[in-house]
Amino acid sequence: MTEHGIGVSVKRKEDRRFLTGNGNYTDDINRPGQTYAYFLRSQVAHAEINGVDTSAAEQADGVLAVFTGADLAADEVGGIPCGWGLTFQNGDPMIEPAHPALAQGKVRHVGDAIAVVVAETRKQAKAAAQLIEADLNQLPAVVDMKKAIEGGTLVHDEAAENTCYDWAIGEKADVDAAFDEADHVTSIDIVNNRLIPNAIEPRVALAEYEAASGDYTLYTTTQNPHVIRLLMGAFVLQIPEHKLKIVAPDVGGGFGSKIFHYAEEAVLTWAAAKVGRPIKWTAERSESFMTDAHGRDHVTHAELALDKEGKFLGLRVRTLANMGSYLSSFAPAIPTYLHATLLAGVYTTPLIYANIRAVFTNTVPVDAYRGAGRPEASYLLERIVSKAAREMGIDQVEIRRKNFIPSDAFPYQTPVALQYDSGDYEATLSAALEAADVDGFAERKEAAARDGKLRGLGYSTYIEACGVAPSAVAGALGARAGLYESAVVRVHPTGSVTVFTGSHSHGQSHETTFAQLVSEQLGVDFEAVDIVHGDTSKIQFGMGTYGSRSLAVGGEAILRAANKIVDKGRKIAAHILEASEADIEFADGSYTVKGTDKAMAFGEVALAAYVPHNYPHETLEPGLEESAFYDPLNFTFPGGCHVCEVDVDPDTGVVDVVNFTAVDDVGRVINPMIVEGQVHGGVTQGIGQALMENAVYDENGQLLSGSYMDYTMPRADDVPSYHVSTEETLCAHNSLGVKGVGEVGAIGSTPAVINAVVDALAEKGVTDVPLPASPQNVWRALQEAGA
Amino acid sequence: MATVSMTVNGNAVAADVEPDTLLVDYIREHIGLTGTHVGCDTSQCGSCCVMLDGDSIKSCTMLAVQAEGAEVTTIEGVADNGEFHPMQQAFHDNHALQCGFCTPGMVISAIDLAAKNPDIDEAGVRRGLEGNLCRCTGYHNIVKAVLAGAQAMKG
Ligand code: FES
Ligand code: FES
Repeated sequence: MTEHGIGVSVKRKEDRRFLTGNGNYTDDINRPGQTYAYFLRSQVAHAEINGVDTSAAEQADGVLAVFTGADLAADEVGGIPCGWGLTFQNGDPMIEPAHPALAQGKVRHVGDAIAVVVAETRKQAKAAAQLIEADLNQLPAVVDMKKAIEGGTLVHDEAAENTCYDWAIGEKADVDAAFDEADHVTSIDIVNNRLIPNAIEPRVALAEYEAASGDYTLYTTTQNPHVIRLLMGAFVLQIPEHKLKIVAPDVGGGFGSKIFHYAEEAVLTWAAAKVGRPIKWTAERSESFMTDAHGRDHVTHAELALDKEGKFLGLRVRTLANMGSYLSSFAPAIPTYLHATLLAGVYTTPLIYANIRAVFTNTVPVDAYRGAGRPEASYLLERIVSKAAREMGIDQVEIRRKNFIPSDAFPYQTPVALQYDSGDYEATLSAALEAADVDGFAERKEAAARDGKLRGLGYSTYIEACGVAPSAVAGALGARAGLYESAVVRVHPTGSVTVFTGSHSHGQSHETTFAQLVSEQLGVDFEAVDIVHGDTSKIQFGMGTYGSRSLAVGGEAILRAANKIVDKGRKIAAHILEASEADIEFADGSYTVKGTDKAMAFGEVALAAYVPHNYPHETLEPGLEESAFYDPLNFTFPGGCHVCEVDVDPDTGVVDVVNFTAVDDVGRVINPMIVEGQVHGGVTQGIGQALMENAVYDENGQLLSGSYMDYTMPRADDVPSYHVSTEETLCAHNSLGVKGVGEVGAIGSTPAVINAVVDALAEKGVTDVPLPASPQNVWRALQEAGA
Repeated sequence: MATVSMTVNGNAVAADVEPDTLLVDYIREHIGLTGTHVGCDTSQCGSCCVMLDGDSIKSCTMLAVQAEGAEVTTIEGVADNGEFHPMQQAFHDNHALQCGFCTPGMVISAIDLAAKNPDIDEAGVRRGLEGNLCRCTGYHNIVKAVLAGAQAMKG
């Protein structure tokens, strides 16, 4: 292990610029002649647009142009596309309504854009927008999913019963039969609360058009610049790739919400050519709340069939999944392929059936948010397992152990399509029990009781499918894009290295982790390796960062390109050292002729490649640069055990997380410091979902939690310090053995917290607590139980 | 338009701005120091914190004209000739930043907190940073960093 190699907590390369105010976020970029856009947004959830009068706004000070949906339609600008197609159970395609970038005919959620004003200053654009007269005929809003599927008001005329698709996985008859045989059936109703991702950097777009060359540039806060280029260029604006450059510079957090192609990006890019000047739009936070895709929002009924020993026989799940008003880029895949396929969890449940019905409502579109489908799966599974244990009088740890997929059963085929490649759930469980000092819990509970607090302990043993994804599998399931990753490793003549990656870092620390990889692989100094990402004019191609895929897919691509470099270097060294290629060994940055002291440093080989005086020209090109595209053979399957200990104040309903332990198996760890940081952040988002965060709409479709004053974000004094560690089983199908860590914290933690709250309240007769377990909800559960 | 002058990071600056210009916009757009960030429109996130006459304040919650004549330190003015301030060093050493967007405001708040409470403990740090949102780090490493930075600042 070298000082900066694999397994070392190397301090981050990216820190200096961020700590000194030298980050380069999209809003920090200004272009000569820049103008500003302001979007006029609907204040009602559902209405017909009779007309939009922009004449007064057009005359206002500083205004350069005002555009509406009619202008886009006249220019044949396409709708915002969806990147994933699903089918109904009978094979019919899902209902995929048009999603105009500026509303046409109707507005369908509070925040839907009606018009855009472009002006010399931000203030002028905003002031002029107030002069636009939108004549709206308000319609009843569809908000509650259970009411939505009864029909009545339709969000889209073509979607009967407001249904986008009604999809199922598993053999229902077989599963029903298992329930007939069961000794015990546990059922649970769950509302997985709607969340608002809230990256602290709001979305920003800055578009520019050069008439002389016909080149477009869009600077935007995205997790995947090439995906935006593809979606917007090919489907919305018909700009070919070579004329459209997307730059995602430093991006201030994403958590899924910056994966998607948003209307503002297309409108600005189109309008920049119309106006002939660069245009910038910066979301105000209140705009983020009503336009960034939201997350979760499932209503689920689940049943678990058990034999008398507590072995799981079957699982039956029915979920309504909110799509919001339009289909966001990957929305249809989240409750199906990233949720229903995870319902085996870490257990040997032999029979599983899940029916997912996706529902349109007059709310903001819902799509991936940290974990995306997998937190919903782990939440329902871990809740129902804990509930079953309680009902049957089985210990919480025991019921899990009894049903674990044993560590010698891999590869393990689940009944819901996935094949897990590796794992050891007992290892993470027992490490977590010890780290959480579960043995001392009874004593701590007594002490808490003396202070008038109810103490509870909750578990979650979870799995997730990451490293998204094998293209062939995704394609067979309806994905309209590939999901590989690409890398170029460029070795410069003096041996320093630039790596171009299609992964995108918006907090994940790629500049450090990837440099560690390359430094170890090529034996070059860590400081001599730089990582470039986030610019389609520099990076060959890329599918970006989400689904914990950067290391498992992007890192593997880098590794493969680096290995090609090593191989080419071996040929050069063999020629110069006058040895056969088979006799050349490469280690620690040096090529050696086996069994001799004849050697060439990596840097010397690099120089020889660029100054090829003595060089095997007949068989080898000069230069030292290699590329690789890597498409994985399978998902990766991180998993682990989270243990949460809470104190509940029975008088106020306030829940205090007093201990939180996470033991995760994320495969090989490249940088433990960075891995732990990812878990800390994810766990905090999971605790946020469990205890405080909640997107609330009233029955008219008004977003009641539309600012930080109403939407409770976890703050430093809401959470404790955590106990975080890892156990390692290696991923079997990538050469690094890595699985991914971005989402584990958010996937494992929420059920552990709620299981702990239920455990604390059990002595008062409470059997369930809704998400979020806010003081009000907890207090109410206590009152309803008569405590 | 009003001419607003102040000292930012030791330099005298002046700009003609509309009277309703927020201090944060003055700093970002008129002075061109983009290290200070804007994360919200309700004074809740703390991304915009700067030092004003020795106190950490939210620069989105103040008009530029109100800061006329003030001494302002932004994140760009915290390091000393390229040498990290002890709090910046502690953030680096403890991996207290991920995307970096909340970081300038966090560091400014942390310096203020530690300077005024040299013997601060974990609970004090958590309470003291209540006005600064971070979505990435879960605060764990920020708290560690602020405790370490506070020690280091004592010299
Ligand atoms: S920008 Fe959020 S508090 Fe100032
Ligand atoms: S580091 Fe991203 S918000 Fe704090």
